[in-house]
Amino acid sequence: MMSAARAPRSMFEKIWSDHAILEDDDGQTLLFVGRHLAHDGSMHPFRFLDEKGQSVLYPDQVFATPDHGTPTVSHDLADIRDPSQLTAVTSLQANARRHGFQLFDLGDPRQGIVHVVGPEQGLTQPGLLIVCGDSHTSTHGALGALAFGIGASEVAHVLATQTLWQRKPKAMRVTVEGELGYGVTAKDLALFLIARIGVNGAAGHVIEFAGTTVRSLSVEGRLTLCNMAIEAGARAGMVAPDDKTFRYLQQRPYAPDGADWQAALAHWKSLPSDEGAPFDIEIAADATTIAPMVTWGTNPEEAVPVTGFVPQPAAAEEGRREAIVRSLDYMGLAPGTPLVGLPIDQVFIGSCTNARIEDLRAAAVVARRGRAVIPAIVSPGSTLVKRAAEQEGLDRIFKDAGFEWRESGCSMCCGMNGDLVPAGKRCASTSNRNFPGRQGKGARTHLMSPAMAAAAALAGRIVDVRDMAEAG
Amino acid sequence: MPQPFRTLSAVAAPVDWQNVDTDQLSPVRFLRRPRSEGYADILFHDLRFDGQGAERPDFVLNRPAFRSAGILVADRNFGVGSSRESAVWALVDFGIRCVVAASFGDIFFNNAVKHGLLLVREDPAVLQAERRALLAAPGTPLSIDLEAQTWTTADGVTRRFEVEPGRKRRLLLGLDDIETTLQDLPRIRRFAEEYRERRSWLFKHATMKG
Repeated sequence: MMSAARAPRSMFEKIWSDHAILEDDDGQTLLFVGRHLAHDGSMHPFRFLDEKGQSVLYPDQVFATPDHGTPTVSHDLADIRDPSQLTAVTSLQANARRHGFQLFDLGDPRQGIVHVVGPEQGLTQPGLLIVCGDSHTSTHGALGALAFGIGASEVAHVLATQTLWQRKPKAMRVTVEGELGYGVTAKDLALFLIARIGVNGAAGHVIEFAGTTVRSLSVEGRLTLCNMAIEAGARAGMVAPDDKTFRYLQQRPYAPDGADWQAALAHWKSLPSDEGAPFDIEIAADATTIAPMVTWGTNPEEAVPVTGFVPQPAAAEEGRREAIVRSLDYMGLAPGTPLVGLPIDQVFIGSCTNARIEDLRAAAVVARRGRAVIPAIVSPGSTLVKRAAEQEGLDRIFKDAGFEWRESGCSMCCGMNGDLVPAGKRCASTSNRNFPGRQGKGARTHLMSPAMAAAAALAGRIVDVRDMAEAG
Repeated sequence: MPQPFRTLSAVAAPVDWQNVDTDQLSPVRFLRRPRSEGYADILFHDLRFDGQGAERPDFVLNRPAFRSAGILVADRNFGVGSSRESAVWALVDFGIRCVVAASFGDIFFNNAVKHGLLLVREDPAVLQAERRALLAAPGTPLSIDLEAQTWTTADGVTRRFEVEPGRKRRLLLGLDDIETTLQDLPRIRRFAEEYRERRSWLFKHATMKG
């Protein structure tokens, strides 16, 4: 443990080896899963288990909450109109009862988007290997966990064996230095980095986000950043735990206390990457040059500063040209169009990316300055976030400004619950994916930060939130 | 149990755009369908069918020569996006057993092997030429030999591809991972006991606050 001769290791390497049970003859590692998070999309894997007559090996390492298909108009089961979504929620309830794992169900204040609930409950802790059948599981790495999304068959494998076969990813470090400018958030940093390295630029890698900018981010900002790591194709995103992380965790329901806290803290403090730890790829970025970002296309790398323009396909390198034309065609945009001033039809503030209390505060600061001229909904990331926001009076600010104040869930990020953007309509969204059809068939998504989305709601078009603040 | 994959000779269809994400492969509104009901009609649903559910005749898999495709020749970043395994189910249920592309989304890549879907990485320039050749001679079959790790282009050129040994073995045998892993159950339990002792604070839910 304290061998001075040991080669320096990255945080990722430390957590990986701490969970490695065995290796097979061709370099696949059987990993022990510390915590497994489940949601209403887990119906398929549980059915696979049933078909094989298998059961959950360690139910006390499984935590679940319904989020993907749950309604945001209310949390009553009666409001789930789609029978298949209702089945997904009720089968999660039945599976929790049958297999004996913890469920934060609809009606429980601890319910919410699984990636908001994990950190909020203190389930997400530094040094843990966490998996979930959802790609945005990368979020949890913000507290110094190794967390990644898996498919349904892998979920079934984890349920039955509490393990997962994985080939070890490579390590990438993204070091960001300098102060983010006024009105520039973790979301903008994430979109800036994805635009730079590409939508699959970190494939096969775990990204450790480092540098003064990342250390200056709040834990919630780090959650946003790591959430978007998957949009660069990364297996996971991570930030080294520090005093901010520890303060965030203290007193959380599932956080250790007393002597346990001290034991946990000693472990957590051993996790940050050692000086000289090797990384397969190192990327450096200057935070001071980043502006609020907006996507113009159909994947998150197709993003530019809000002060920018829709690209000219003719000016693009060969191989990218057709992709740009295709994106512009779907988005109904002409080359060279400025982003500022682009008319927007509706606004979504929510999702595992941007629906924590700080996100809602940032949006409310803007919302209180005017009134939404287009439909805008706010869906808090969890029921506890919703309650905290209501205690602060944020709900009143949003409602007074003409925004709809909804229940928590994945909502319009994936549109599974029926919260959809109609075909051809343009949505300013704080979510994470602008894929074709993501928010509804033919829907046109522009990703941006909560403050930028709120500003778009007031103006009915894309505005630079920095101008708005200065003018106000 | 996945179907074993040894050799394949099948019509190949060109997928001529980049970033074929999982929402394109399998739109979210179908994700609750039981696996046993099949996902073939879901593949590329919103590109394949119009608003009334009628086939769009210009979509590649609706063209007569490509309807029976068993192989897709694509471009960069195939399968990026969500963890939904239905992206793989839709492909295999349609009859696609192999996708050749320049790169793949990580989670999609891991999901594919569970269902006997072979993913072959190939150079973008080779892929572009191959897609052109397939469009010029629609219905041309390609052949793949997993044991030899080769695929043969429309022009009859045999090219080698890399596949990790473990992935290859799983595909060749159609292995069920859970059954295989459970053979190591005693070792897993020993590890778990030791881990749960070492990180005991993680397992004291009875004392949890709130």
